[in-house]
Amino acid sequence: MSFFSFGQSAEIDVVLTDAETRKKAEHKTEDGKKDKYFLFYDGETVAGKVNVTLKNPGKRLEHQGIKIEFVGQIELYYDRGNHHEFVSLVKDLARPGELTQSQTFDFEFTHVEKPYESYTGQNVKLRYFLRATVSRRLNDISKEMDIVVHTLSTYPELNSSIKMEVGIEDCLHIEFEYNKSKYHLKDVIVGKIYFLLVRIKIKHMEIDIIKRETTGTGPSVYHENDTIAKYEIMDGAPVRGESIPIRLFLAGYEMTPTMRDINKKFSVRYYLNLVLIDEEERRYFKQQEITLWRKGDVVRKSMSSQATIGAQRFEGSKSSVSSVLDLKCRA
Amino acid sequence: MSDPTVADTRRLNSKPQDLTDAYGPPSNFLEIDVYDPQTIGVGRNRFTTYEVRMRTNLPIFKLKDSVVRRRYSDFEWLKNELERDSKIVVPPLPGKALKRQLPFRGDEGIFEESFIEERRVGLEQFINRLAGHPLAQNERCLHMFLQDESIDRNYIPGKPAWSLPKGL
Repeated sequence: MSFFSFGQSAEIDVVLTDAETRKKAEHKTEDGKKDKYFLFYDGETVAGKVNVTLKNPGKRLEHQGIKIEFVGQIELYYDRGNHHEFVSLVKDLARPGELTQSQTFDFEFTHVEKPYESYTGQNVKLRYFLRATVSRRLNDISKEMDIVVHTLSTYPELNSSIKMEVGIEDCLHIEFEYNKSKYHLKDVIVGKIYFLLVRIKIKHMEIDIIKRETTGTGPSVYHENDTIAKYEIMDGAPVRGESIPIRLFLAGYEMTPTMRDINKKFSVRYYLNLVLIDEEERRYFKQQEITLWRKGDVVRKSMSSQATIGAQRFEGSKSSVSSVLDLKCRA
Repeated sequence: MSDPTVADTRRLNSKPQDLTDAYGPPSNFLEIDVYDPQTIGVGRNRFTTYEVRMRTNLPIFKLKDSVVRRRYSDFEWLKNELERDSKIVVPPLPGKALKRQLPFRGDEGIFEESFIEERRVGLEQFINRLAGHPLAQNERCLHMFLQDESIDRNYIPGKPAWSLPKGL
């Protein structure tokens, strides 16, 4: 459009004050590609400069106002027209007038609340971005810059193990146990399957991690299930009294924290699915929800303290450890 | 104070296994053999029967070792009963071979040795798959097929497998 205009046009770009020092995080885009974006936490200030560069030096740029917005929004793919904004901040940079030369404007959004984690899923997307706009009569000039937000949690005070006896009457009784109900994204699931009664011919057993993305409310709820991992834990036929250990490292899988009813629009939940397969390929399974959370980066401890941990006896999984660093930043 | 940065990945404690459980016979022993095909009768009234021998230690079966004689149509009857009365996906039977029953063939049709052998294998696979199904084990018709001398087509279908017909 501006190609054919005889008037002035401009380019905008947004540069963060701490662009050199701020960490970037990888985030998947809608088409599956991975890109890096500046990483922010709840409560952090978002500050920088907006550069408006005139394309034809010497000509003036008339405008109806220049502003920058910080937006957090949820977009449901089946309802693209409606963006649900849960954070919307504006800073006016210039009143309606004209620019005679390229100009730079400072901005600062102080201690911005970012209550949810950035998420790009199968049917819904939650994103945060800065949008700088030069308003004009016919067409605005605007530029968006996406950022990624991570929500951090500390070690939960209550983190009971999951222990349950399940089965089919007179055919198969097992007791399964997972050492925790809440795991951080780089945690290890330690557990065991104990066989109480085995009257079927089992061929092997696996544990799957299933991610369920739920969008919509009421009658139009839609669940999208995705098997993130399949991990064989037993090959061969077990008998009564046998105990099969589980040790599943989560760091190798691409997962997000558990997100429950985000802004009443969507949820992302994770389930462990224990599957037993018999010789005729019949499948027996038990699904159990686990809560995933994101731990902040912690300074590595010395080797000697790591050795001490190895020597201790852990009974059950009561984790009453207070966090090493509280990373829910409040500047 | 335990260091939370290094996860403890040691196994959870578990009860040691009883040695009789570890080395004894498994509780899931179930083997059914379909063998010894015999063609009975003459001319157009011939049919083939097979011996069906079941050995098991599953408590749900009354007899731990049973032998009966069954023909193809008995297997069909069982398949139909289960498809009608239960939610089981019943495994497939070997084919009906209607073509082989047409006249003017060069061979023995359904009494051809190779065909009988093929059918025997298919029937054996079918009944083993079915008898191992926890839901099928609850159906009266399966028990009657495997362990009663003859199939009473006027039986009262049902679960549990032990239900007796009314009047007894």
